[in-house]
Amino acid sequence: MIRKLLFAAALLAAPPAALAQQVAITGGRIVTNTPQGVIENGTVVINNGRVVSVGTAAAPAGATIIDASGKWVTPGLFAAFSRVGLTEIPSEDPANDISAGGSKFQASLHAADSFNPDDTAIDVNRIEGFTRAAIVGAPGNGLFGGYGAVVDFSGGFDSIDTRQAFMLAELGEGGASAAGGSRAAAWTWLLTAIDDSKAYPRGFEDDGEGDLLIRKEAVALKPVVEGRIPLMVEVHRAADILQLLTLRQREPRMRLILLGATEGWRVADQIAAANVPVIVNPLANLPDRFEILAATLENAARLSAAGVTVAIADPGEASHNTRFIQQLAGNAVANGMKWEDAFRAITSVPATMYGRADLGVLRAGATADVVIWDGDPLELMSSPDAVYIDGVATPMESRQTKLRDRYMKLNENKPQAYERP
Amino acid sequence: MHLLKLIPFIAVAAAACATTATSPNTGGTASPPGEPTKPLATRVSYAKDPYPSTYRAMPAEDVFIRNATVLDGLGGMIDRGAVLIEDGKITAIGSEAAMTMPAGIKTIDAAGKWVTPGIIDIHSHLGAYPSPGIGAHQDGNEVSGPVTAEVWVEHSIWPHDPGFTRAMAGGVTAMQILPGSANLFGGRGVILKNVPGRTAQDMKFPGAPYTLKMACGENPKRVYGYGSGGFPGGAPYSRMGNVAGYREAWQKASEYKRKWDKYETDFDAWEKKAKSPAPADGQKKEDPKDPPSPPDRNLELDTLMGVLEGEILVQHHCYRADEMAQVIDLSKEFGYKVSAFHHGVEAYKIADKLAANGICGALWADWWGFKAEAYDGIRENIPLVHQAQNGCAIVHSDDAYGIQRLNQEAAKALADGNKAGLNISKAEAWTWLSRNPAKALGILDKTGTLEPGKSADIVIWSGDPFSSYTRADLVFVDGAVTWDRANLNSQPVVDFELGQPGEGDRK
Repeated sequence: MIRKLLFAAALLAAPPAALAQQVAITGGRIVTNTPQGVIENGTVVINNGRVVSVGTAAAPAGATIIDASGKWVTPGLFAAFSRVGLTEIPSEDPANDISAGGSKFQASLHAADSFNPDDTAIDVNRIEGFTRAAIVGAPGNGLFGGYGAVVDFSGGFDSIDTRQAFMLAELGEGGASAAGGSRAAAWTWLLTAIDDSKAYPRGFEDDGEGDLLIRKEAVALKPVVEGRIPLMVEVHRAADILQLLTLRQREPRMRLILLGATEGWRVADQIAAANVPVIVNPLANLPDRFEILAATLENAARLSAAGVTVAIADPGEASHNTRFIQQLAGNAVANGMKWEDAFRAITSVPATMYGRADLGVLRAGATADVVIWDGDPLELMSSPDAVYIDGVATPMESRQTKLRDRYMKLNENKPQAYERP
Repeated sequence: MHLLKLIPFIAVAAAACATTATSPNTGGTASPPGEPTKPLATRVSYAKDPYPSTYRAMPAEDVFIRNATVLDGLGGMIDRGAVLIEDGKITAIGSEAAMTMPAGIKTIDAAGKWVTPGIIDIHSHLGAYPSPGIGAHQDGNEVSGPVTAEVWVEHSIWPHDPGFTRAMAGGVTAMQILPGSANLFGGRGVILKNVPGRTAQDMKFPGAPYTLKMACGENPKRVYGYGSGGFPGGAPYSRMGNVAGYREAWQKASEYKRKWDKYETDFDAWEKKAKSPAPADGQKKEDPKDPPSPPDRNLELDTLMGVLEGEILVQHHCYRADEMAQVIDLSKEFGYKVSAFHHGVEAYKIADKLAANGICGALWADWWGFKAEAYDGIRENIPLVHQAQNGCAIVHSDDAYGIQRLNQEAAKALADGNKAGLNISKAEAWTWLSRNPAKALGILDKTGTLEPGKSADIVIWSGDPFSSYTRADLVFVDGAVTWDRANLNSQPVVDFELGQPGEGDRK
């Protein structure tokens, strides 16, 4: 992968040493996601992996100029929820590390330890503008899905940014099933796990274990219980959301993120008052399950209008089509969300949610994840012309583009297998 | 003996040929004038449409839609175009300047809006796998055996699936509902108009042919070969087992058809003899023997025979290019035609072969990688299938969410194709959404394009339907408004939604 990155730099007619040189992206429509707003005909200067300046000043002398006239220049997209890198083929067990139903460890598991930077889905999603993602497994046994990580999509062996970005848990129908058969069982399960962790180590003396958790799991949950790492809880039904919010009184130190919140619009004011961010799928509009009867395309817009911090992602399309998030955001706009809020919902909101205020924005000092688009990034027919991660231009190719190039013309004299795109 | 057992199902009629019998009958007699009064035996045949459509178009006004950007579905685009709807039919389409508006007609000024044929989804499971997706609603796949050509998906359809109305909001005016893909032969599909109904028959597209769902690859292997946990589970266990399963079934169907053909021939001969006048020399007419006995009826083979006779259209779920090529040869071996390959994630690898054989590719824009046979998906699949000479590309959903924005799926595929160097217009791309699916479903003479004489199945979009921000404003089926985005009272609320949270909300 590093070789690929160097190769890409060479394609830009610059020697590898140029990686440390200044690059000025000029003439574009810059979406900053800061109080600077949108800057027309602006310049973004990057150097040593950081944004140096954003504005309308001329490019500094000596900088490599990238002409982005007529283009959009934005922060890299940040997938608020993804499973890229955890499975090459979900239906094949050896190629799927998403969950571990046979393990006695769940809260202790770290998605970062499964992440494969050579996963072909990384390139596939990066060339659609995604530079970072929060990745996490799924609960295999019990309510906890383990620690989610923040990764970059460079494909390098150093792609893990944050090993412990959040912990995933599941309530609602899924949680009820995992806890033995009812919501009441799931709620008791969650509270007991919290209590076990709080009681550790005193409650575990004399080689004993907790009411629910073994030692290793109780230890693993400590940063969550102590509020150092947020707990992301998948929950959909309005009443389930309200119940979860009562945890804020019982455990004031804990920080929550709601995943799903499909009926969130019905309790939007309470979510806003609790200052809990949500990750929603704006296209969830079918009463697929009894916990989402009130699903509507306007959920994202209504939550946003109520003052809730909204990120956008679809856990159902998380592994290979994380890129679908772009379409989700466009549709959120079509159904009433402000463009600015929808774009932040796939950039700066998730970045901030996971403690990375240096991402998802274009301002001096920010990490230089930058995308140059051939049009409005929320439009279906737009796509990136260039994707920078940590200030480095990444290859605009994937296994898919190679297959495409191989089969663009059929019935050639030699079999396709001799063609090396 | 079996004749007696069949009597309740025997259809008309002595003079009718088997292929035109339409309704069950307990038998009848026919005595040509001047012939002996002894009743002739009736020819045994079966109704081809025993669950007939009860669709009735909703009340419709005549409408003149003007000042619109019109995509005609044939690949043409008309700026400042107009469409005239009268008696539920399209009666004129063209440049507004060249058209005469009938006096007193209702007009819709569609300035800034786009008008297209209604979207036809060739691959849906709505009603058979409805929302909510609870256990009791898993009616989309008769998993009990690898060959279940005898089941008809219309017998599973719950017309109160909320998914139908969501699809309506996405501009879908017709769809093919298919049984699932566990089986080699999954059963008959049905074509519906997307209108609310009390029964599945209320939604059935009048005059549309029947279809047959088949499936390649991993699903039949997984479900029957190693799905039950035993080893070996059963057949098919492998891809070669899949093909053997197809061949065995088609062979049986061929023999079944031969028996019926023989019965028809024998009956013709018997009837001719029985009806022949007495010899002119005054001798006594030879007494006709007992009429020939028909073959035992087999519901599974009835469907397969319908395919061999060209009446039932094959819709084959198949991902890999090499498997599609095998199926094409299979179809030639037994003398039938594949109408469309569905999913065809690798269709781009054999776009030339598909086109040469007149087979459409019903495809996703970008789903890939969820199983091994979907691993080689590319975003240019649809445009590359389109680009082949005589290529026929279709955007399909197979999904209760995807069906709501097939126009957006087309937009993604179009953008990627053009970025890769193809040069396809939006007007051409619309053929993926209405004309080509109508063709592969045998209903192109009735819908799928904006041409005079066709059903007024039309969508007025709030803008360019290839944009993320565009929504369907008005949806017409046979000239009647089934969906009006501006008017909640013109948005159906299905039975299931009554009395539930979110009832009547914007969905």
